[in-house]
Amino acid sequence: MRIVCPFCGERELGEFTYLGDAKPQRPAPVAGEDAVYEYVYLRDNIAGSMSEHWYHGGGCRAWLKVTRNTLTHEISAVAPAAGAGAAKVGA
Amino acid sequence: MKYSIFSLARAALSGHKNWQRTWRDASPKGRYDVVIIGGGGHGLATAWFLASEFGIRNVAVLEKGWIGSGNAGRNTTIIRSNYGLPGNTGFYELSMRLWERMEQDLNYNAMVSQRGVINLYHSDAQRDAYARRGNTMRINGIDAELLDLAAVKKMMPFLNFDNARFPVQGGLLQRRGGTARHDAVVWGYAHAASELGVDIIQNCEVTGFTRDANGKVTGVETSRGRIGAGKVGMAVAGSTSRVAAMAGLRLPIESHVLQAFVSEAIKPLLPNVMTFGAGHFYVSQSDKGGLVFGGDIDGYNSYAQRGNLPVMEDVCEGGMALIPMIGRVRLLRQWGGIMDMSMDGTPIIDKSPVEGLYLNAGWCYGGFKATPGSGLVFAHLLARDESHQEAARFRLDRFQRGAMIDEKGQGAQPNLH
Repeated sequence: MRIVCPFCGERELGEFTYLGDAKPQRPAPVAGEDAVYEYVYLRDNIAGSMSEHWYHGGGCRAWLKVTRNTLTHEISAVAPAAGAGAAKVGA
Repeated sequence: MKYSIFSLARAALSGHKNWQRTWRDASPKGRYDVVIIGGGGHGLATAWFLASEFGIRNVAVLEKGWIGSGNAGRNTTIIRSNYGLPGNTGFYELSMRLWERMEQDLNYNAMVSQRGVINLYHSDAQRDAYARRGNTMRINGIDAELLDLAAVKKMMPFLNFDNARFPVQGGLLQRRGGTARHDAVVWGYAHAASELGVDIIQNCEVTGFTRDANGKVTGVETSRGRIGAGKVGMAVAGSTSRVAAMAGLRLPIESHVLQAFVSEAIKPLLPNVMTFGAGHFYVSQSDKGGLVFGGDIDGYNSYAQRGNLPVMEDVCEGGMALIPMIGRVRLLRQWGGIMDMSMDGTPIIDKSPVEGLYLNAGWCYGGFKATPGSGLVFAHLLARDESHQEAARFRLDRFQRGAMIDEKGQGAQPNLH
């Protein structure tokens, strides 16, 4: 598996670290315990195309949003995650 | 049939051509008291304990492929009970005691080999942590010995003791730990359960649940038709999220791949199961002579049953750091298994929020050693609707209650443990 970093180009997997499913959103501080439980622990655990966060620690150190098929390891899209990195490329 | 010295002699005299099938490959009936989804070690063990221990014999085990085709055939066959946290300590020791009498219980040779499991330590802090874990084990009646450098050198003189970065200082040894023949465990439980009337149904994939007006599960839809059930138990290893989703459940589980490796056969080298405490590498030698080893999970969600090269490299580096001479041994095979990584690294054995549906899930990569214990406690839960005392902490709501069992102390992230 290789990931095409939008800043560095195609790099081998060892340069990246996985965070997990990009879908869970941190709940508001007043959202209550159930919302926090759901955010921290519960997962869709998708079999198929999944949007996830990867960190390019061995390269540009940007956070990336990678769309990958968990059944085949096939990567269909890579984009900078929201934040400073995204601003750099106008995403 | 019953195996004995006489059955062996009889079969030998007829040229080993008249061995009978060891279990019945059944067709589904319309209804069972209990339906177990998953014909691996855990599912078959559960069925056997239901029949033998709790007298519930109208039981079916449904397997989408052939029995033992999932993670029962994708592990490194290690058995041990060297755990330190309440909940784990008692459970894995229960399992270890069941391993010790499994062959008598099942009338099947599972090749249980108590050759010992040694965890090496490489620093003072790690020695202290292992001493503490060993003390916890001994307080709970489990065998553990803390070995110093001289004792490890005597036992395994071939290790790289001159490693400047991670010098071997000693190890924590559990002599009762060891290995078992993974396929024989599956066949043994199938043999014994089938003798007691359990139906083992292969090529039968569950595609949905049938529910009554109150939402209670009343059976399963399968590729071989609808099967009614009083209760449905899930023991489907890495597919828990997918099967549970058919009942509308969302669980604290991610599916990850773990790779394992076996080398070409060599003469007897390793006297025991050994783990490298500085990296993540564990190895034993099979009875055929191959070195069977593994390390970390790949670290990202996967259902692919195959891994990627960075972890393979990492595992082999760990092996080379510890036993430089294995660099001359060729790798024969590599495989990947899909596991439920629970959020704290500990299994979930509990009723699900859906009435009539029971969970045996979240084994991470420690499921093989748990096989008999898992079968017993899950059968207990299915038969009596309450947790076995040694599984009372493996509840699903422990994440909400803040009662996680995080043996590695790394936090609520599946790729950390």
